[in-house]
Amino acid sequence: MRKTGPVEIVKPRDIAEAVRLVKEGGRPLAGGTDLFVRIRKGIENPPFLVYLGELPELQGIRLREEGAEVGAAVTHAELLRSPLSARVPILRLAISALGAPAIREMGTLAGNLANASPAGDGLIPLYLLEATVRLAGPDGEREIPVEEFVLGPGKTALRPGEIIRSLWIPFPEGKPLSYFRKVGRRRALVIAIASLGALIWLEGDVIGKARLALGSVAPTVLRPRQVEEALVGLPLEPEALRPAAELLSRATQPISDLRASADYRRKVAGNLLLDMAISLSHRD
Amino acid sequence: MRIKFKLNGRKVELDVPPGRRLLDLLREDLGLTGTKEGCGEGECGACAVIVDGKLRLSCLTTAIQVDGKEVLTVEGLARDGKLHPIQEALVETAGLQCGFCTPGFVMAAYALLLENPRPTREEVRAWLSGNLCRCTGYEKIVDAVLLAAEWLRNRDG
Ligand SMILES: Cc1cc2nc3c(=O)[nH]c(=O)nc-3n(C[C@H](O)[C@H](O)[C@H](O)COP(=O)(O)OP(=O)(O)OC[C@H]3O[C@@H](n4cnc5c(N)ncnc54)[C@H](O)[C@@H]3O)c2cc1C
Ligand code: FES
Ligand code: FES
Repeated sequence: MRKTGPVEIVKPRDIAEAVRLVKEGGRPLAGGTDLFVRIRKGIENPPFLVYLGELPELQGIRLREEGAEVGAAVTHAELLRSPLSARVPILRLAISALGAPAIREMGTLAGNLANASPAGDGLIPLYLLEATVRLAGPDGEREIPVEEFVLGPGKTALRPGEIIRSLWIPFPEGKPLSYFRKVGRRRALVIAIASLGALIWLEGDVIGKARLALGSVAPTVLRPRQVEEALVGLPLEPEALRPAAELLSRATQPISDLRASADYRRKVAGNLLLDMAISLSHRD
Repeated sequence: MRIKFKLNGRKVELDVPPGRRLLDLLREDLGLTGTKEGCGEGECGACAVIVDGKLRLSCLTTAIQVDGKEVLTVEGLARDGKLHPIQEALVETAGLQCGFCTPGFVMAAYALLLENPRPTREEVRAWLSGNLCRCTGYEKIVDAVLLAAEWLRNRDG
């Protein structure tokens, strides 16, 4: 912002005005924790920003019988303080690993999603819970699964003029065990080298059903469905999961970058599955 | 645009571009230089302030986002010429050297103690993970926050 002088920002009164302004070329702004950094670094230079953070229609978390609707302006810290994060532990685990307190107080889950980073921590629970995105645009509203919303690094299915209105987060059936871990260098701020989130449903002593989501090991967050299936019927023990860990390593499509090589990321992904088995089998 | 907000308990009103950083607004337009700029990108916490009771980074906040809000900076903490207990505690434990990071740590600690008056050492550490200090090695800062928490609990009963 300093480099280019202050960026122009407008504050719409309602969703209809927001949609019109975004259609005219304005860029949605929520917490600004991604967007302001990118503008400052000169990576992006949008003509003007449309500040959605205080739009009344985008506020609040509405708990329903089968799930929760999270307004696009809801911050990570609000989520952590809400009954929703107690109801859905995987959300709490992933979001409390995102950034540091000030970043969580400013940044939103919808902003994290729209940023479409393969390292986005908030995306992991959204993939695991099979959340959907409720969009508002010039042609009305529509709703699509998170996995169809994210197309690639920084790429989403948002059409011209469309904004995220809310996220629908269905509650998982039964009481799955929840696991989240990200491997990085500096705990709070690092964008991960690799991360794994999991929901594991036990049937007796073995895994009855599993959902896995990996961050930073592919162009988008990855649901390795063949590994999820391979886990069914296995006891939740590291030795038993070793072949699945190898399968998981092979299922990743990591890149090498400044933070880690592709090989290292692949290894970390497999090891995270073993770590999951250790930490979930030692639960009390 | 014309923005109005409360700054350290006093009403302010000024004409600024809506995208002006709160950090520049405080330091340059209002002359409050206690809030520091380290990285300008959200990584160091030196620019932390409290907006409506919540911790924010003033380098990633713009004027339009504080319109109608209450902003608290490190200058607003002292009462009747006396330092805030968090500041006293930092002096007591020698939790600062060059002092550049200190206002950010003070504001972060202030936000923590609002939310959690009885933090554990581990909770203090985790909370302060968004603040960088190149001098102290952090331990004395953590000591100070724990000491201030105790003082505040005694003071406020
Ligand atoms: C120091 C630091 C540490 C960080 N650490 C982490 C981390 O550990 N893990 C992590 O995942 N992220 C991290 N981030 C990134 C960032 O904080 C998150 O991605 C955050 O959730 C973004 O939300 P926001 O509201 O600030 O988004 P903004 O910056 O306001 O917007 C981000 C993008 O989303 C778009 N957008 C926002 N709202 C909408 C909407 N309603 N409709 C359509 N598009 C919209 C914007 O146009 C922009 O493209 C970090 C950032 C910083 C500066
Ligand atoms: S100057 Fe704002 S976080 Fe570093
Ligand atoms: S005291 Fe010098 S940076 Fe912290």
